[in-house]
Amino acid sequence: MPWGVNRRRVVTLNDGVPGEKSISVACMHCSDAPCMAVCPVDCFYRTDDGVVLHDKDVCIGCGYCSYACPFGAPQFPGNGTFGLRGKMDKCTFCAGGPEANGSQAEFEKYGRNRLAEGKLPLCAEVCSTKALLGGDGDVVADIFRSRVVVRNSGSEVWGWGTAYGKPAGGATPKPAKPEGSK
Amino acid sequence: MRRTHWVLALVALASGLAACGEKPQSLAGKQISGSPPSWQGPATVFTASGWAVGDQRSWQTHMQARAQAQNENVRLGMSR
Repeated sequence: MPWGVNRRRVVTLNDGVPGEKSISVACMHCSDAPCMAVCPVDCFYRTDDGVVLHDKDVCIGCGYCSYACPFGAPQFPGNGTFGLRGKMDKCTFCAGGPEANGSQAEFEKYGRNRLAEGKLPLCAEVCSTKALLGGDGDVVADIFRSRVVVRNSGSEVWGWGTAYGKPAGGATPKPAKPEGSK
Repeated sequence: MRRTHWVLALVALASGLAACGEKPQSLAGKQISGSPPSWQGPATVFTASGWAVGDQRSWQTHMQARAQAQNENVRLGMSR
């Protein structure tokens, strides 16, 4: 993997404040992927398993996908005085690229193809607290349902209020108008 | 005159029905040649045991079981 590329990033909200929350962000392998829509050389494709991948041999490093992606998934290796931008790199769901599965060329460009080895993505498999889950959406949803049932809490444990806290009291006050405004 | 009316009616009918097509809604995108599906392997020393390389059904079942193994409640025998 090129230097400076982070296929998965952990973003901490309210860093250093008691109750801070961390979220892990990577490619969401969107059903209607905006990166795929804006790519001028059409280097993206989707596998039968719903994984959005790209061909680095076709990519021209224009950066359009980076601007289009709401999650900041596309990354570019940069070097040189003027920040020369290389081929795009992103999370592959550990599914490699267009080269033959398990080939050296695929490994050097995209990393290991774990799906072809019968394994889940590495980030999910090594997550020690299983905050990160990988696999089919139905299975992941089933694990969440199981957690809710076993912990004896209802569906109210999920949602924005639980994740980010509820307002201290009443409605959030409207921001004050700047002086001179009508 | 009557024949012209028939021809015009047929043309109108054909053009009207031509608009009744349905766009494909499949999520399957384009396939780049040389990108074989994951279930085709190949078998290497890194391949996980418990599934037959080249068997799509076997791969799907194996991946489902592997994903379910992430559930700590299943591993602890507490799943409901």
